[in-house]
Amino acid sequence: MMTFAFYLFATIVCLSGVMVVMARHPVHSVLWLILAFISAAGLFILLGAEFVAMLLIIVYVGAVAVLFLFVVMMLDIDFASLKTELVSFVPVGGLIALVLLAVLAVAFGDWQSAEGAGDLVAVPVGQGVQNTSGIGLVLYDRYILPFQVSGLILLVAMIGAITLTMRHRTNVKRQDVIQQMHRDPAKAMQLRDVKPGQGL
Amino acid sequence: MAEFWTSSWGIALILLAQGLAIITFVMLSLVYMVYGDRKVWAAVQMRRGPNVVGPWGLLQTFADALKYVVKEVVVPAGADRFVFFLAPFLSMTLALLAFVAIPFAPGWVMADLNVAILFIFAVSSLEVYGVIMGGWASNSKYPFLGSLRSAAQMISYEVSLGLIIIGVIISAGSMNLTAIVEAQRGAGIFSWFWLAHFPMMILFFISALAETNRAPFDLPEAESELVAGFMSEYSSTPYLLFMAGEYIAMWLMCALISLLFFGGWLSPIPGLPDGALWMFGKMCFWFFMFAMVKAIVPRYRYDQLMRVGWKVFLPLSLAWVVIVAFLARFEVAGGFWARWAGL
Repeated sequence: MMTFAFYLFATIVCLSGVMVVMARHPVHSVLWLILAFISAAGLFILLGAEFVAMLLIIVYVGAVAVLFLFVVMMLDIDFASLKTELVSFVPVGGLIALVLLAVLAVAFGDWQSAEGAGDLVAVPVGQGVQNTSGIGLVLYDRYILPFQVSGLILLVAMIGAITLTMRHRTNVKRQDVIQQMHRDPAKAMQLRDVKPGQGL
Repeated sequence: MAEFWTSSWGIALILLAQGLAIITFVMLSLVYMVYGDRKVWAAVQMRRGPNVVGPWGLLQTFADALKYVVKEVVVPAGADRFVFFLAPFLSMTLALLAFVAIPFAPGWVMADLNVAILFIFAVSSLEVYGVIMGGWASNSKYPFLGSLRSAAQMISYEVSLGLIIIGVIISAGSMNLTAIVEAQRGAGIFSWFWLAHFPMMILFFISALAETNRAPFDLPEAESELVAGFMSEYSSTPYLLFMAGEYIAMWLMCALISLLFFGGWLSPIPGLPDGALWMFGKMCFWFFMFAMVKAIVPRYRYDQLMRVGWKVFLPLSLAWVVIVAFLARFEVAGGFWARWAGL
């Protein structure tokens, strides 16, 4: 059953990965990418890493891919010129594929691990701990400082991006909510008794 | 026979039956949610509401559904046919999918996941795709604008929703919904999390309104600005599926509020027996609140909506996470915020 589920998810990941590249329309590509993310989450669940799987869906599919889809939908892309440019990327793409193939060949080919190398792999949390609390123990307990520092770095990057793109234009009409909420009906409107046939 | 139920075919059959039971329950409640919704609005506006089809109009929704199904499906010219039809199916299926992890009573749950609350959160964060895909595939301006609005809105409120949920998780010490409800056991209504997490309960309800695109935050379908938002080009059964998906998502939010803040199946008075009926009653009450809000509160402006989401709800819920973390860590008030401490 597990094997069947693994091959199902693995096939979907590979096929949708191919479709990301092959799809004619960029929006379709993003949709295939989302399918690939979700099947990857399925693979994580098969590994018993349900927390990582859910985070993958929430963060990548629920937030990152939505923004991605936003951008792709709004871009006015000329598909014909994209197709012709595609050929120029073949050498780089081929190179990446070759490197990956070499890595896979080294990893799964004639590679000998030293005796007892498997025992040296650090297992920070003991067996029998649910992986949610396991990740919590590692991130917030053992590696709290690196974790917080990496968070700070991301914060700095975010603030940097905002300051770089923020412009204050002067002649733009803005909504001032405080002012709007403090409007007083007595000052904002005036009741007039209009006599028939006279007008204001 | 006993060994048949433990073989893979038997388990598959059980799962199928459970799934059918959940779908039947959700669809039936959907039908009467639409009816109840209309009756509540009618009562607020001093009208009668649906009262012709069946006794007291009880069969009105069935008649409406039948009408939708037999109408012609219109596909706009230049629409992306596949995505156009995928979108309503997606929104309906995902809304139903989340009910897999909702417990109605101890053991009355199809999948008692360790990360149930995350699962529900993940599925409801996927629901935005139905909206975006529908708006984009219609190949029309107003649906597209509506879907962009809706996507921005759903993402914004998901953030504060997630932070509020984190507060509850800290208090309960688990992401399993059964464990979260059991953590609220004690002195009846006063040991439920609505009291421990009082301001957040209100924020959760408001965020749930925004997350399900419900009034006063139904900007994606603001008819005065955007026709019918992302649904403008939909007709017949696809439209019905969108509608159903929206109501089911609302029903899910009612279930979540009941489970997280109102003790699920626990009875409010210590002596009375617990049970699924309490859960159902609480869900109905929250649905009534959803309907009342729609009947009473005028629609927000879009910039106000974004402002409330990012500048009010997000800082408040983030601060609350920190406060709850302290209250739970130091077991303030005898572990009122740290229900895991005694275990």
